Amino acid sequence: MIVRFIEKLGRDSLYYMHDLGRMGIFLAHSVIGVFMRPFRFRALLKQIRLIGANSVSLIFFTGAFTGMVLGLQGYYTLLKFGSEGWLGSTVALSLIRELGPVLTALMVTGRAGSAMCAEIGIMRNSEQIDALECMAVSPFRYLISPKVVATIISVPILTQIFNVVGIFGGYFAGIILLNGNPGAYFSSIEQSLVNQDITLGITKSFVFAMLIVWICTGRGYFVHQIRNAGFGAEGVSRVTTQAVVLSSISILVWDYLLTAMLL
Amino acid sequence: MTQPIIQLVNIVKSFDSQLVLDHLNLDFPAGKTTVIAGASGQGKSVTLKLILGLIKPDSGQILVDGRDITEMRRKELNDIRADFGVLFQGAALLDSLTLFENVALPLQERTNLNNKKIHEQVRSSLVQFGLEDHEDKYPAQLSGGMKKRAGLARALQLKPRIMLFDEPTTGLDPEKSMEIYRLFFDTQQKFGYTSIIVSHDIPRIFNLADQVVVMNRGRVTTFMPPEEIQRSEIPEIKSLIRHTMGDIYMG
Repeated sequence: MIVRFIEKLGRDSLYYMHDLGRMGIFLAHSVIGVFMRPFRFRALLKQIRLIGANSVSLIFFTGAFTGMVLGLQGYYTLLKFGSEGWLGSTVALSLIRELGPVLTALMVTGRAGSAMCAEIGIMRNSEQIDALECMAVSPFRYLISPKVVATIISVPILTQIFNVVGIFGGYFAGIILLNGNPGAYFSSIEQSLVNQDITLGITKSFVFAMLIVWICTGRGYFVHQIRNAGFGAEGVSRVTTQAVVLSSISILVWDYLLTAMLL
Repeated sequence: MTQPIIQLVNIVKSFDSQLVLDHLNLDFPAGKTTVIAGASGQGKSVTLKLILGLIKPDSGQILVDGRDITEMRRKELNDIRADFGVLFQGAALLDSLTLFENVALPLQERTNLNNKKIHEQVRSSLVQFGLEDHEDKYPAQLSGGMKKRAGLARALQLKPRIMLFDEPTTGLDPEKSMEIYRLFFDTQQKFGYTSIIVSHDIPRIFNLADQVVVMNRGRVTTFMPPEEIQRSEIPEIKSLIRHTMGDIYMG
């Protein structure tokens, strides 16, 4: 029993080390692919539309309601201490430093990350990636790198949209609905927000973008080599779920790490 | 004997604990058509993938023009691959591109031709392959036969020296299969490429073959001209032909 447990532990450790290694090599090739010629500007624009532009309405909606919830909760909490004038600062700092980057990244993972993983996985299963390699066309440059650049451009922009919409959502709930002080709302933001807060938020959104595109495209690319994933459509479906879960957990872990490092 | 353009030397390949190719030795002569036959799961498609450098053997050498591709870096391998054309079992057209874009892809990615030249060459290919009325369709809108023709047209754009066919007529009716064979015959006459065909389509595929390789349990059990294969008394060959053609053909 103990021997079997140790054997399994050894096998699992080797598998995960191997998996991490190939994902690392995959990331390196994808980044190198960004600088390889010919550049695929049309593909890049298409990916920005798919990952970024098509996510704007979702981000708008999520940002607005997140801001409104923060406005309501913040108003009643601050009221207890007679500090409701700091509502704007509470909402803005929460959004810009934490909720904006994290929730935007989670939304993009669910909407675009899953689509990227499934697309690449299906291409792998139907030998389309093999066909590219046989034509001596790098699948990294052709398929993955436009997605990498598009995600890195889109996620930080979507995060800023989330933040702005969220701040106005908080204003709507805390000031218009609950009759707070409109002047105090914006002046408290101006007084408390510093460059470091914005830098922290933007840094997080870049790191999260990289995590999303790396994990989601990487899982799809190796769909045929992932243990217990199954085959065909079932394999793609399982690996897509795995990619979304892994991306979401990584975003939360890296959120903590970055906050601890950069605070 | 014609000089081999591709040589597999002592190839061993296994997946997990399953041995798929067991010290495989095989030569493919230049300008000839070699058909690889054998029951399912005997390592035929794995052999094609090894030749293409899509997977690496556990041991052994794969020599293309005398150069071992198993030791090559990606860039060198890509230079070798520029000499290859492949028709995959499902044609492997890119789903998100139209038929025209699929056929144009190798020219756009691997040559310095301008758009006008690419348009001219692709249009002419589409006419040759009877696809000129479908150039704006996506692969999902094409029939199986059209996909295979488009796959063949794409594979031939860079005028490869070596063509590999993985089950080129699987899933096609006899009429469409003949169409693919006719196109194969015409284009081989035109370009003079060396071809390697993995196929179950016995005995029709024998009409195209210069030599037939029969694989069993990851080894070459037979290597002979097609007319000898059909008369062979070797039990594995008789069994293969019986399985694919039935007893009437054996009679």
